Amino acid sequence: MKGQQTPAGDLRLVDLTKRFGVFTAVDDLTLTIPQGSFFALLGASGCGKTTTLRMIAGLEQPTSGQVLLGEQDIAGLRPYKRPVNTVFQSYALFPHLDIHENVAFGLRRRGIRKVSDQVEQMLALVQLEGYGRRRPAQLSGGQQQRVALARALINHPQVLLLDEPLGALDLKLRRQMQIELKRIQTEVGITFVHVTHDQEEAMTMADTVAVMNAGRIEQLGAPADIYEYPATAFVANFLGQSNLLAAEAGGRAADDVLVTAHGSRFSVPAGRARLTDGPAFLGVRPEKLHLVDDPDRVPAGHQHVGGVVSDASYVGVSTQYLVRTAWGSELTAFAANSGLGGQLAVGTAVTAHWDPRHAFLLPRAAGEDDQTAPLLDEPPVGASA
Amino acid sequence: MSALAHVPTSAGKPAPPPVRRGRSRLLPYLLLLPGAVWLLVFFAVPLVQLASASLYDPAGSLSTGYAMTWAFGNYPDALQAYWPQFSRSFLYSAIALVLALLMGYPLAYAIAQKAGRWKNLLLVAVVAPMFTSFLVRTLAWKTILSDNGALVGLLRDVHLLGPDGRLLATPIAVVLGLTYNFLPFLVLPLYASLERLDPRLLEAASDLYASPLRAFAKVTLPLSMPGLIAGTLLFFIPATGDYINAELLGTPNEYMIGNVIDSAFLVRLDYPQGAALSFLLMAAILAIVFVYLRRAGTEEVL
Repeated sequence: MKGQQTPAGDLRLVDLTKRFGVFTAVDDLTLTIPQGSFFALLGASGCGKTTTLRMIAGLEQPTSGQVLLGEQDIAGLRPYKRPVNTVFQSYALFPHLDIHENVAFGLRRRGIRKVSDQVEQMLALVQLEGYGRRRPAQLSGGQQQRVALARALINHPQVLLLDEPLGALDLKLRRQMQIELKRIQTEVGITFVHVTHDQEEAMTMADTVAVMNAGRIEQLGAPADIYEYPATAFVANFLGQSNLLAAEAGGRAADDVLVTAHGSRFSVPAGRARLTDGPAFLGVRPEKLHLVDDPDRVPAGHQHVGGVVSDASYVGVSTQYLVRTAWGSELTAFAANSGLGGQLAVGTAVTAHWDPRHAFLLPRAAGEDDQTAPLLDEPPVGASA
Repeated sequence: MSALAHVPTSAGKPAPPPVRRGRSRLLPYLLLLPGAVWLLVFFAVPLVQLASASLYDPAGSLSTGYAMTWAFGNYPDALQAYWPQFSRSFLYSAIALVLALLMGYPLAYAIAQKAGRWKNLLLVAVVAPMFTSFLVRTLAWKTILSDNGALVGLLRDVHLLGPDGRLLATPIAVVLGLTYNFLPFLVLPLYASLERLDPRLLEAASDLYASPLRAFAKVTLPLSMPGLIAGTLLFFIPATGDYINAELLGTPNEYMIGNVIDSAFLVRLDYPQGAALSFLLMAAILAIVFVYLRRAGTEEVL
């Protein structure tokens, strides 16, 4: 088999650009995806992540740039000549073939005659033994998704591309499949490139996440690293949510960067500051922002701002508060419902405080005001952590 | 808490609508009635009449009247007298079907998958000839294929035809006429099938190592089978029974079984023979359709 003969290598995208007319979908993208890793491309719809995936698959021709697999540039190869397989968003199972033949499709096209054993193994891997003679239309969405996965994996591709494969599933099934996918990836050791707009999905499964915006990669790294120390305001609010206060960085003092925001002075450890001078965002994640109704109870070393609780949403594991500051911005704070503290009523005057080691400093375009995300429908990642 | 949680579930379920059995049981039959009456009066009754006519005494005539003698011999007699026209009918329409498939499949595919905003215009173009009479269109072909026409002139110039070669009044003309006249019946069902073909399936096939040719054979073709079967039947059945093309574009040497039936009923006034030939044609077509549907494997048809 192809995938076993040639040793797979890293997947490298070099200066990859794709334009549709005047619209630049992917803008000079350079990226290395190590062999055997679970890599997630995360971004809102229209950010170019699916186009990137389709260029790796060969379904889209890059305007310029290279797609390197090991040492080979595969950018010019037709899709059916690439050792790359895709799990499509719509699954794209062949409706006229049964499950067995769907899974065997790739093997048969490469002239392999004895396919039954491999197909059975693959169906077992995705826990669909005994479904071989059914038609795709007779399966549920989750089962179809697993067939699509088996149909791609059976070819032992060097890279498996997943285009929002869980998007059509309901929340519970999606969780289950996330764990399943991660298990299978660990088992087969193939490079997975997973495209998703769901930040939680990306964080649950991937070793490395690349956050894409407007055809470019804003930040790349391990999920926890990106979450704890985002590189840009976009990332800070796309991966989870953040309270970003418009601030001015005023140089270094020892190991800290001094910051002024809305007339108060704060500091951020130099290791968590993306800049030392000029317009900046002072950021704190909502779950790192604590509320007390008595200013004297602010722990030593914490920094704080005052405000009034303007909204409180009880979401079970936590309560999400909005705190209106003196200058009118609304900060978000999540308080875990651990049973240790009481609930704060709307209208209570509070002090919001944080440990400066949890704050971060990001570049800000001059003139940009505070960015404080509104409450989300879904409890964000931080709330359950 | 749990009791409360159940309330919206039971309240949210709409009460089952009151069942009115008498009326709902009759309704399907009422809907069937007009069509059934139509079929009975204009199909079943004439069919029985034709069947009995095919068994009349061949010695009778319209003026003296026909006697019912259960003359099954009419069938072998008719077949023996006209088997060349019989086999010619199937040969011509089979050749025409092949030509129509070679033209019609790419045409239907292009309209369904590649035409974009021109789709509707192209569909109208396929159907538009049907707005004029079948006769007028076939007569137009007479002009196109005429000895002094541009087409024959061109073919003579490039020596595809001899200096005295002609198209009109040859088997070629009849086959071309059949191909042209019945092409829309093939293209429309094919179009309907191909239009539903999800292009993402072709992407998936290509992702799974299928070259464009293999993807066509393994995905496009099987998924267009319903349209292909419907289209070939809609083409082949009327083409085999056709007599206008042979009449207008051919000579008695190109006559098909339709011409013989036509003359049996309207010229020679030999009703038993005409009826026997009609039934033979019907039986032959039914047999072909039956074998074809078996072979084409309706299993693969969704």
